[in-house]
Amino acid sequence: MSLWEYANPVKFIRFTDRVLPWVSVAAVICLVAGLVWGFFFTPDDYRQGSTVKIFYLHVPAALMAINAWLMMLVASLIWIVRRHHVSALAARAAAPIGATMTVIGLATGAIWGQPMWGTWWAWDPRLTSFLILFLFYLGYIALWEAIEDDDTAADLTSILCLVGSVFALLSRYAVNFWNQGLHQPASMSLDAEENVADVFWYPALVCIAGFVLLFIALVFLRTQTEIRARRTKALLTRERMG
Amino acid sequence: MSALLLRDLKLAVRAGGGFGLGLAFFLIVTVLVPFGVGPDTGLLTRIAPGILWIGALLACLLSLDRILALDHEDGTLDLLATAPLPMEAIVSIKALAHWITTGLPLVLVAPLLGVLLNLPGPGFLWLVISLGLGTPALSVIGTFGAALTVGLKRGGLLMSLLVLPLYVPTLIFGAEVARRGADGLAVQQPLLMLAGISFGAVALLPFASAAVLRVNLR
Repeated sequence: MSLWEYANPVKFIRFTDRVLPWVSVAAVICLVAGLVWGFFFTPDDYRQGSTVKIFYLHVPAALMAINAWLMMLVASLIWIVRRHHVSALAARAAAPIGATMTVIGLATGAIWGQPMWGTWWAWDPRLTSFLILFLFYLGYIALWEAIEDDDTAADLTSILCLVGSVFALLSRYAVNFWNQGLHQPASMSLDAEENVADVFWYPALVCIAGFVLLFIALVFLRTQTEIRARRTKALLTRERMG
Repeated sequence: MSALLLRDLKLAVRAGGGFGLGLAFFLIVTVLVPFGVGPDTGLLTRIAPGILWIGALLACLLSLDRILALDHEDGTLDLLATAPLPMEAIVSIKALAHWITTGLPLVLVAPLLGVLLNLPGPGFLWLVISLGLGTPALSVIGTFGAALTVGLKRGGLLMSLLVLPLYVPTLIFGAEVARRGADGLAVQQPLLMLAGISFGAVALLPFASAAVLRVNLR
């Protein structure tokens, strides 16, 4: 019994079919609980008022935008090294979700920034590197769509993902160097001395858990769809040949 | 290897090779900018390093699809792939040829265009140095993009989408060197970063480009 067992598409589908309802329900519960808790049962911030509550969408979305890319990176590496098709398809399935999370992060950030900083957009390092991350997502998705042959597309996109990761990291440090920003430093890291107060911290954790579960559920669902789409394609080809 | 390099250079210089297109594009972009932002020399002085860097970057981008697409169409690339030369060497030579025909002329012409944009005196040296250090990275990254899209019918637009985000760090540090140089500030830090990115890209990216090209020629 090893993890690689699930590289078999049939086993993957069987496993995810069993798990998917639980993950989806848990995601909905966490999201509803976290957001309701955050929106209605936490005090307003003494300086930012109630605008601070967009935090419960902004932070988890931004977190998942980065983690989705990391997941794609891992899946791409697995495809390059072990050539499991499920892995390549999972990377493909995760890209639009990651791109959406990036957009949510940027949009909620703009909505939050308007009353707080007095501007929708500033060329702040964090904002800028998120915009660049979004461009990387777009390029990755476009390359998947553009190439007809499935294995070629998987190979090329996985190499793009590796190279893109290096350059995304470089861009992150480059924009840091290029402009000192408005955005506050990380306020939720585990090692920081000054974090947000516990009243905000717990509902935010529930929201983050909800977003993680939502991401897992969506990736499972979309990977299943990709597997089935490819199977349909193979069946159609066989029928035409036979 | 030198035969391949000479062949690429000859093809680029002779009629229809596209040599000079990038230069003309660079010239036009630089001439158009004052029309867009107004003839105020103070403003032009301030934005000159950035404009020249962006112009050079776009001129580089414009000629990328000539690196591999033409050779792919007429089958040269398949022949090269069966040659004893490793694929890494082939893509490196291609990138070098692209740099000699596009990057190097851009570096040499940039100071002249700097005069048009009222670039301050100390900026010229640093502009040339930053472009000289940065354009090899642009060529190598561009070759990677060209290799990714070589099999596609209309890969040009997709290639821009793939290559432009990869250009971000080079552009930031390159333009920063030129800007600080023009303002008479210390340039060491961005210069070292630019050199690091450029040498790193030249050393490592050919492996990625070669891997991608092998997949595309499969």
